[in-house]
Amino acid sequence: MPPLNQLTAHELHKRLKSREITSVELTESVFDRINNVDDSIKGYITLTQDIALEQAATADEAFDRGDQTSLLTGIPIALKDVICTQNVLTTCGSRILGNFVSPYDATVMHKLNAHKTVMIGKTNMDEFAMGSSTENSAFFTTRNPWNLETIPGGSSGGSAAVVAADEAIISLGSDTGGSIRQPASLCGVVGMKPTYGRVSRFGLIAFASSLDQIGPLTKDVTDCAITHNVICGHDQMDSTSANLPVPDFTNSLINDVNGIKIGIPTQYFSQGIDPEVETSVRSAIELLEKLGASTEEVSLPHTDYAIATYYIIAPAEASANLARYDGVRYGLRTEHIDNIIDMYRKTRSQGFGDEVKRRIMLGTYSLSSGYYDAYYLKAQKVRTLIKQDFDQAFEKVDVLITPTSPTPAFKIGERTDDPLQMYLSDIFTTPSSLAGLPGISVPCGLTGSGLPIGLQILAAPFEEEKIFQVAYTFEQNTDHHQKKPKL
Amino acid sequence: MSEITPDDVEHIANLARLEFSRQELDQFQGNLKRILDYISKLNQLDTDDVPPTSHVLPIRNVTKTDEVIQRYDRQQILANAPSQEKGYFEVPKIIE
Repeated sequence: MPPLNQLTAHELHKRLKSREITSVELTESVFDRINNVDDSIKGYITLTQDIALEQAATADEAFDRGDQTSLLTGIPIALKDVICTQNVLTTCGSRILGNFVSPYDATVMHKLNAHKTVMIGKTNMDEFAMGSSTENSAFFTTRNPWNLETIPGGSSGGSAAVVAADEAIISLGSDTGGSIRQPASLCGVVGMKPTYGRVSRFGLIAFASSLDQIGPLTKDVTDCAITHNVICGHDQMDSTSANLPVPDFTNSLINDVNGIKIGIPTQYFSQGIDPEVETSVRSAIELLEKLGASTEEVSLPHTDYAIATYYIIAPAEASANLARYDGVRYGLRTEHIDNIIDMYRKTRSQGFGDEVKRRIMLGTYSLSSGYYDAYYLKAQKVRTLIKQDFDQAFEKVDVLITPTSPTPAFKIGERTDDPLQMYLSDIFTTPSSLAGLPGISVPCGLTGSGLPIGLQILAAPFEEEKIFQVAYTFEQNTDHHQKKPKL
Repeated sequence: MSEITPDDVEHIANLARLEFSRQELDQFQGNLKRILDYISKLNQLDTDDVPPTSHVLPIRNVTKTDEVIQRYDRQQILANAPSQEKGYFEVPKIIE
């Protein structure tokens, strides 16, 4: 029998429910693993062991008493440090929030707490979720468990790495332009970016408000659906939260793709894609065809403009959102200041890292007087064209399948000198983010050198059920998700 | 779309309440120029008749009942303040 920390939530639930194991034992096995490997992975910024053991004991009491429990009761979960957790340090990977103890819980935390889950700790990330490698964290770079010299992806790199390394059973991340899917792909785990509006953003520290979504990173598709069930739903505290019924996504865990129409966007298999990634994704598509799905090529002609559009819209929104870090209400305030303007300037200049400053500068420029029409308005118009591409494709097909990332994990330091090269890491995830679509990344193979490759499945807004059905069928007919890194 | 100059970078830094050394300004100018050059590919598209998308959901003017909800106490919120006095956030003098 493998150690408890290696199992999935749905496997563990049966054993918790039958009282064969306790949540305290499970939580201890997760912390043992963290003690053994996190010095080399560096996935966590903050560990909350005391809280975790207390929550585990509470979950055990609920099971013992025969109270109503759920599939996530007593399950150890890690949270990206962009999610506010009451009375626990919430840094967003930034020096400017290095001492910030959130006075409240994010809505997703309320939901997890209602299910009596166990909070293991807060995971490392690129500062303010801006990056694709965790190298922009103000604290340290997380390592990819499959090869410690490579990056885990980003910005939810810590959340992906700790699930891949069995330092948590499940984690939550956030995705603005690919920040759940790309690290899930690079670390060989399942990662879901829900439809924009599905999950409340209340208590998610804002980066780009028209794009940000919280989502799960898990060891398999079933755990992803279980977690999705818990975190979705309308919330009065987020005015962009969709007031729509939330289906039970586990009903879509059906091992059958007969009659499903899969679209293959030609633009995603063109230049710049690693040959091993292409081969692996194409053979995954062939497998789904054998299992009964039909496939057809579709064209998304504005794909090539997505990164340019994204790097106007996201920094513009970020420059406005990050104006709040001024040294007045929370976070860093620098010493030796002459006046209030000086305080703002020095606090922000010392508190933010280079990438965050670059995006604030870019966003401020594109919104500044005389440039608004040329940049921001132009980008919003191209955003419409990108969305229309997808709308037209989904008139013909149920889902789209693409690689999640054009390459497997790259070496630490390889792209840090070239911001644009780093931005292009997200070339296959940003278009769907701009259109607000749901998307999942599931493992679909390993490269010759043993690095994970991920497959992205996209659907029309609020059609996560189709994604789960295709992802589940693929998973049930392959064993990629069962492979573990050797640590 | 025009070339970004050192003066532009300094102007933007001021608007964003950031300050940079001469060397950092040069570096940012280089970075921004390269990114803006890349972004200028959007000009290849004719978007005259395309409506802008500011938001992907068809949501407008979300309202809720105007009632006071006491969610947090003052001290809890002030606990993160770099400086506070008599229940207020304290800042350097702003009026001479």
